[in-house]
Amino acid sequence: MKALIPQFLVDFWNGLPQAVQTVTISTTQILVVTVGVILTVAFSTYFERKVIGFMQGRIGPNRVGWRGLLQPFADVIKLLIKEVIVPTRSNRFLFVIAPLLSIVPALATWAVVPLHPEFVIADINAGLLYVLALTSVGVYGVILAGWATNSKYAFLGAMRSAAQIVAYEIAMGFALVGVLMAGGSLNLGDIVEAQAGGVSQWFLIPLLPLFLVYWISGVAETNRAPFDVAEGESEIVAGFHVEYSGVAFAVFFLAEYANMVLISALTAIFFLGGWASPFEGWSFLGEGSFLREPHFFWLAAKIAFFMFTFFWLRATFPRYRYDQIMRLGWKVFIPVTIIWIVVEGIMAWMQIGPWSGLAG
Amino acid sequence: MSTLKSYIKTFALWELWQGLSVTFRNFFRKPVTVYYPEEKTPQSHRFRGLHALRRYPNGEERCIACKLCEAVCPALAITIESAVGDDGTRRTTRYDIDLFKCIYCGFCEEACPVDAIVETRLHEYHMEKPGENIMTKDKLLAVGDRYDAMIAADKAADAKYR
Repeated sequence: MKALIPQFLVDFWNGLPQAVQTVTISTTQILVVTVGVILTVAFSTYFERKVIGFMQGRIGPNRVGWRGLLQPFADVIKLLIKEVIVPTRSNRFLFVIAPLLSIVPALATWAVVPLHPEFVIADINAGLLYVLALTSVGVYGVILAGWATNSKYAFLGAMRSAAQIVAYEIAMGFALVGVLMAGGSLNLGDIVEAQAGGVSQWFLIPLLPLFLVYWISGVAETNRAPFDVAEGESEIVAGFHVEYSGVAFAVFFLAEYANMVLISALTAIFFLGGWASPFEGWSFLGEGSFLREPHFFWLAAKIAFFMFTFFWLRATFPRYRYDQIMRLGWKVFIPVTIIWIVVEGIMAWMQIGPWSGLAG
Repeated sequence: MSTLKSYIKTFALWELWQGLSVTFRNFFRKPVTVYYPEEKTPQSHRFRGLHALRRYPNGEERCIACKLCEAVCPALAITIESAVGDDGTRRTTRYDIDLFKCIYCGFCEEACPVDAIVETRLHEYHMEKPGENIMTKDKLLAVGDRYDAMIAADKAADAKYR
């Protein structure tokens, strides 16, 4: 690798001031992650259409490129050349910045997501709080879009979305308290480290109820089926983004899918050991086998599994009625998480499980 | 006891897993999609599609302007005007079918005493301008002339059931 880079470039690099080096490295990292996320989003739309298609006995997109693999790019080009229509009676400024407000948190949260044992853009100690804060900001985009559009349908969608996200945010936060107790850190990298040592050490097993609550709340947070009342195309047309077209719509679309990938990544990190290998400590795979090493590959596989689950849920379940969503969030999930936190506390006191160190 | 059982089932997401397993099994099923323009589903010889007016083998129009089809048409899609033809027989001067009104019931075909008006198995036709939805006598005869062999074969296939 060293030999591939000419000497004068190395000298030029070493001659740069420290600040310039840091900024360059950070910018490169951010670009790599953002472009990676956007490409993942592009192909997850294709993946979704294929998965749901197969589940419904169809074949999904198959016309653009080999087996339809270029379909996402065709869609993007179509959306880019469409006109962005701003309704006359809308609040123009809010209407335009609403998509940005929903995309920015979806992408910014990736800064603290540890993708590889040695790679995370910002290795900050309060990573978990940062995640919680930014995922909550995402709802502003939806609410502002619904309000700025000045349409009844969009407004209904925004109201539904706001109430739903507030309800599930609490359950999600409580579920993360459990993870915090088990991991003993707010740093996402440390949480992953705490799960090292094979599948039996993953928080999935001791925190199974919290895992289910977190995952289902995550589906509700991203407004995906069966919790997609904010869009509810059969009731309120498209909810908060009825009046959006062209690029503005594409940005909402991108934000929704980026949030899905993000929730998948966070679930993998909190409960499935992030980049840890599921075969860690399996001696028959051979010493130094790459299958036993922690790697980005494992995180990607787990994200892919959760993305598949998103589409699987969408293909299986009909939309929840609104009062059922509220009942599930407030009367089931929040009590379940609180009870499990108490159980965890008792177990920590009795010195059982991964949180046994807390009692001392 | 049954309350406890239902609680366990609820919290184990039992019914949700059942639903998920159905979609998961279907995920591996062979898709039933027909690649339409390249592949087509089989069609009955009784298919009721675009209309046509037929001729006798000697080139004479079959239609005798009896107006039975006009009378039987439930959608009032057929308009016929008649006059005495060059050879002294009763002939249509106008035979219009409005494809927008037509419900493709096939009654005209049933009513016709001379098998003049038929519905062919053509269904892939379209209109580009307003007014093209009116099938005039010339257009109907042209369809009949062009697809005469197909229409005759379909009629022959159906003859033994009549």
